[in-house]
Amino acid sequence: MNHISPVLWEFLVKWMTNFALFPPEASKIAPEMDALFFFMVLVSVVGMTIVILLVTTFCILYSKGRHPVAVQIEGSTLLEATWTIIPLGLFLLMFVWGALIYFRVYTPPANAMNIYVVGKQWMWKAEHPGGQHEINALHIPIGRPIQLTLISQDVFHSFSIPAFRVKREAIPGRYTSVWFEATATGTYHLFCTQYCGTNHSQMIGDIVVLTPDDYKKWLAESTSGMSLAQNGERLFASLSCNACHNAKPDARGPSLASVYGSKLPLSTGGTVLADDAYLRESILNPSQHITQGYAPIMPTYQGQVSEEGVIALVEYIKNLNSNYRIEQTLNTTDMLPEGEAKAAPVTPGGVEPRPAPPKTAPQGMVKP
Amino acid sequence: MSATIVSLPDQSTARIPKMNFITKENGLLSWLLTGDHKRIAVLYIISLTFFFFIGGALAGLIRLELLTPQTDLMAADTYNKVFTMHGVIMVFFFLVPSVPATLGNFLIPLMLGAKDLALPKINLLSWYLYVAGGALAIYTMASGGVDTGWTFTTPLSTHYVNTNVLTTGLAVFIAGFSSIFTGLNFIVTIHKMRCPGMTWFRMPLFVWAHYAASILMVLGTPVVAIAIVLVALERTIGIGVFDPTKGGDPLLFQHLFWFYSHPAVYIMILPGMGVISETISTFSRKRVFGYTAVAFSSVAIAVFGFFVWAHHMFIMGISNYAVLVFSLLTMLVAVPSAIKIFNWTFTLYKGSITFETPMLYTFGFMGLFTIGGLTGVFLGTSGTDIHLTETYFIVAHFHFVMVGGMLMAFLAGIHFWWPKITGRMYPEKISQLAAVVTFIGFNFTFFPQFILGTLGMPRRYAAYPPEFQVLNVFSTAGASILGVGYLLPILYLTWSLKYGEIAGNNPWQATGLEWQTQSPPLTENFAVTPIMDHEAYDYEWLEKQREKEVASVG
Amino acid sequence: MSDSTAIAHGGHAAPDNTHAGGHEHPAYLRHHFENVEQQADAAGFAMWLFLLTEVMFFGGLFTAYLIYRNWYYPAFVEASHQLNIFWGTLNTAVLITSSFTMAMGVWCAETRKQRGLVLCLVLTFILGLGFLGIKTVEYKEKIEKHHVPGFHYSLSSFTDPVSDPEIYKEYHDKPLALDMARHTEVYFSLYFAMTGMHALHMIIGIAILGFMIFRARAGAYTSGHVTFVENFGLYWHFVDIVWIFLFPLLYLISRHQ
Repeated sequence: MNHISPVLWEFLVKWMTNFALFPPEASKIAPEMDALFFFMVLVSVVGMTIVILLVTTFCILYSKGRHPVAVQIEGSTLLEATWTIIPLGLFLLMFVWGALIYFRVYTPPANAMNIYVVGKQWMWKAEHPGGQHEINALHIPIGRPIQLTLISQDVFHSFSIPAFRVKREAIPGRYTSVWFEATATGTYHLFCTQYCGTNHSQMIGDIVVLTPDDYKKWLAESTSGMSLAQNGERLFASLSCNACHNAKPDARGPSLASVYGSKLPLSTGGTVLADDAYLRESILNPSQHITQGYAPIMPTYQGQVSEEGVIALVEYIKNLNSNYRIEQTLNTTDMLPEGEAKAAPVTPGGVEPRPAPPKTAPQGMVKP
Repeated sequence: MSATIVSLPDQSTARIPKMNFITKENGLLSWLLTGDHKRIAVLYIISLTFFFFIGGALAGLIRLELLTPQTDLMAADTYNKVFTMHGVIMVFFFLVPSVPATLGNFLIPLMLGAKDLALPKINLLSWYLYVAGGALAIYTMASGGVDTGWTFTTPLSTHYVNTNVLTTGLAVFIAGFSSIFTGLNFIVTIHKMRCPGMTWFRMPLFVWAHYAASILMVLGTPVVAIAIVLVALERTIGIGVFDPTKGGDPLLFQHLFWFYSHPAVYIMILPGMGVISETISTFSRKRVFGYTAVAFSSVAIAVFGFFVWAHHMFIMGISNYAVLVFSLLTMLVAVPSAIKIFNWTFTLYKGSITFETPMLYTFGFMGLFTIGGLTGVFLGTSGTDIHLTETYFIVAHFHFVMVGGMLMAFLAGIHFWWPKITGRMYPEKISQLAAVVTFIGFNFTFFPQFILGTLGMPRRYAAYPPEFQVLNVFSTAGASILGVGYLLPILYLTWSLKYGEIAGNNPWQATGLEWQTQSPPLTENFAVTPIMDHEAYDYEWLEKQREKEVASVG
Repeated sequence: MSDSTAIAHGGHAAPDNTHAGGHEHPAYLRHHFENVEQQADAAGFAMWLFLLTEVMFFGGLFTAYLIYRNWYYPAFVEASHQLNIFWGTLNTAVLITSSFTMAMGVWCAETRKQRGLVLCLVLTFILGLGFLGIKTVEYKEKIEKHHVPGFHYSLSSFTDPVSDPEIYKEYHDKPLALDMARHTEVYFSLYFAMTGMHALHMIIGIAILGFMIFRARAGAYTSGHVTFVENFGLYWHFVDIVWIFLFPLLYLISRHQ
C-alpha cells in the first residue's frame, strides 16, 4: 500500500467511510415514503434485470454466427397486452400509494403547532407563535405535529428538509403549508431547493430537533419579548384596523372574534372558509372578500405592511375568541403618541355606511 | 462466417458517385441559399456540433466547480450563469433540433420516396432562424450571460436579476420558430408527399416518430413563445401578469412554460426512438416486433404528453386534486415508452444480430433510457416526488433520458447514416471503442447523482455540504471520461471524410428506400419516383432484390 | 452497382433541372412535387397547420385573460368601459369587410380576373390600413389618459370615476377600492398584449398585401397559380377571426347590464 500516494489513500479510506448512501429517517412520514421508494427501486431493479437478461440472452442465442437467418415475426398481441398491462398496473399502484402519502404530507392535522416561515433572498426567517425568531434555523420538539406556513417575500424559494422527506415551495403572494412530526433528535439539513439567485447555495440552515424539556428551555431562552399575537395586536392598533373592526354594534367592519376557522357568508353570495390565506387576502385585497351585510369600503394595506406584519396580524386574529383583546387595542390607540395612529383611509366616494342606530356616538374612533 | 453485415463494394475499383448532392453545385452561396433538404441537414450537423461543444464545455466547467464543496473555481454568480447557459444551449440549440433537423431533414424525403420536403425555402429559413437564435445566445454569453436557469422562473427572471434575460428570451423565441417550421414541414411532407404505394403503415418507424414529434413542435412551441413575450413585457414595462402585488400570479408563468416544456422533452426523445427502431431492425435483420404498436405508441406519447405538464409543479402550491390528475396522467404516458422498450427487445428474438457501432449505441440507449424512464415514474408518483424533486435526482433523471437516451440515439443515427450522407464508412474499431467509453463515462457521471439526490443535495448549488463531495468527485471523474467519448467521434468522423472506405449504396443491407439509392444521394434523391410495393422492414424483399442484381448482367 | 434500384418508370423522364426533356408542366411547378395538384394541396395544408400554431400562440394570451377576468371581474368591467365601443365596432366592420374583399380577391384570382383581383387587393389593403389607423387613435387615447401599464399608470379613473366625465356619463361606475383598481392594470396589460399581437399580425399581412398587389399587376396570380392568394386569404381570415374574439372579450364585458 505504500506505493499509493497518501492523498489518494486518505481519499479512499477516510472520505468513503464518511458518507452514507441514504438520508436519515427523522420524521413520521419518512419511513412510509421510504417504503414506497424501495418498492419502486425493487420494481425498477426487477424490470431492468428482465430487460437486460432478455437482451443479453437474445444477443448470445441469436448472434449472427449462431443464428444466421432471422425469422420474421410480425408481433404478438398477447405479449403486447402483457407488457402494457403489467407496467400500467404497477404504475397505478405506485400512483395510489404515492397519492396517499402526498395528501398526508400536505394535509396538516388540526392540532399541529404552527410556525410561520418567510423566505427571502437569501435566508429563511422562522417566526414562532411565542415570538421567537430564527434565521436559517428551526428548533422544534420531537413527537409533536408541526405545521409550517410558508411565504416568500420576493422570488420562489423551496423549504426542504431531506431527513424529514418534506419540501414545499415558498411563493410570493400566497401561503403554502406542509407539516411533519419529528421522531429523532438531532440536527438536520435545511436547504432552499428552488433556484433563487446569487446566493441560492447559501440559503441553507439547520433543523434542530429537541426533546420536549430541551425545547422548553430553548423557548424560554430565546424569547425576544412580544409573541406574534402581541405584535399583531400592536399593529392592529397602529394601522387603525380597530377604527372599523371594533366589535361595536354599528361598526363598519365585522367583528373578528372567533372569525378564524368559521364559514363566512360573502357579499357576492357564496361562503368562504376563513383560513390563513383568507385572512391574508382580506388585508391585502379586501374588495374581493367583503362579508355579507357590510359595505365594500375596506382599504387595502398592500405596501403598508410587510409579510411579517401580515403574519403577526393573522396570528393575532387567529387567537381572538372574544372581543376583549380588540377592546384592548382601542385603549392602545388612545395611548399612542399624537399622530402615530394613522387615519383609517377609506375609498373616496364609497357607499355610505349603514346609518348608525340612535345610540351614543362611538368614542376613540378616528374620523374618516 | 463473419460477425458483421457490412457489405462494401470492392475498394480498389469503388468510387464516390461523381454526381451527387454535394458535387452538384460548388461555392459557399450554393450551400447558403440551397433548398436541398440534404444540404440543409449538413448545415445543421455543422452548426449543431458547434453548439453541442459549447454546451459541453459549460458542463465541464460545472463539474469542475463541483469537485469541491466551496465555490472556489468561480463566483456563485458565474456558476449560476454557467448552468443557465448550459441548459439553454443544450435544450434549445442541441436536443430539440438534434435528430429532426439533421437526420430527419436528410432522411424523411428519402424514406418516403419524395424528392424533397414540401417547403424547401421554409426549411432553409428554419436553419437561418436556428443560427440567428444561436448567435444571439452566444452574444448573451459574451456580454455577461444570464443567470435565471433555463426555466426563467418568475418573478426571479422578471424583477430580480439584471442579466441578459431579454436577449436570451429572444434567442429562444427565434429558435422556437425554427422548430415550428421544421415540424410543419415534416407534417405536410408526410401527409402529402409519400410516393405511390407508400401507405401510412408502410412508412419506416423513424417517420412515425418524427410525425409525432412534429405534432408536439407545432402545437407546443407557440405557447412557450407567448410565455417569453409576457416575461419580456413584464420585465420591461411591468405589466403585472405575473406580479402578485399587481394582482398577477407567478404560477401562471409556470403553467404556460411547462405546457410547452413538458411536450418538449418528448420532442427531444421521440426522434431518437425513431432512430433506434431503424438500427435495431437492421442489425437483427428483422422487422421491428409489433410495428403497429410502436407506431401508435409514438402518437400516444405525443397526445398524452400534452396533459401532464403540472407534474413539474407538484410542490408549488397547486391543489391536491390537480396533483392527483396530473400524477395519474403521468403514469399513463409512461406506458407507451415501456411498450417500445419491450418491442425493441423482442425484435432481437430469433434475429441475426451483429454488433456494429450503431448497435452498440442502441444497446446503450435501451439500458440507459430504461433507467431514466423508470426514475421518471419515481418523480411522477406524487408522494416520492416531494422528497426527490428539485434535487440531483431530477438532474440525474433527465440526463439519463436525454444524454443516455437521446444523445446515444443521435450518435447511433449519425454512425448508421454516415455512409449514406458522405458515401464513406467510419473506422469501426475506434468507433466501437468510443461507444463503450461513452457508456462507461456516462454511468460514472450520472449514476452517483441519483444517490446525491436521494441524500437531498439540491440542484443548481455552487456550494454543498462536505459529505456530498465523494459522490461529486466520482461524477466529475466520469465526466472527463465522457468528454473523451464525445471527442473521439469528431476526430474519426472528420478523418473518414477523406480516408474512410467507400460505402456504396447499402453497406448495412438495410431495407429503407434511402438505401436503394446511391451514397451520397443525387440532389433529386431518386432518378425515377419509386413505387413502394412491399412492407417496411421487408428483408425477404431485400433478398429478392439482391438475387435479381446478382443474376442480371453488369 | 447501378445507381438506382427504384422500380417503376413514370412521371418525369428528365432527372435534371433543364426543361429540354419535352415534358409539360406550368413554370410554377416546383420540381420536388409530382404535379400542381400535389403542390397546391401541400401548400394549403401547410397554411392550415401554420394557422393552428397561431391559435396556440394566441391561446396562451386568451387563457391568461380568462383566468384574470374570472378573478377580478369588477376591475375588468370598469376598465373595459374605457374602451370606445364606436371605434371597436367600426373596426370590426372594417375587418369583416376586408375579409369580404379578400375572399372576392381569391375568387377573382381563381376566375382569372386580373383587374378585379388588383382592385380587391387594394381595397383590402386600404381597409387594413384603416383598421390600424383606428387602432392608433384608440392607443393614443389610452396614452393620454395614462392607461398604459408601466408608464405612469393612473388609477384615478377607477377610484374616482366622477373625475372622468365622458365615461361616467355613460356608465355611472361605482368607485373601485384601491386594491381592485390596481387590477385594472392587468386588464390593460392583456389589452395591449392581445391587440398589439393582433396588430403585429395585421402589419405583416398588410406588408404581404403590398407585395401581392405589385405581383398581381404583373399577372402572377391570374394564370392558374392561385395558391399564394388562397393561402394568404386564409391568413387574413384568421387574423379577422382573432379580432372577432378579441372584440367582445375586451370591449363588451357586461354590456348587457
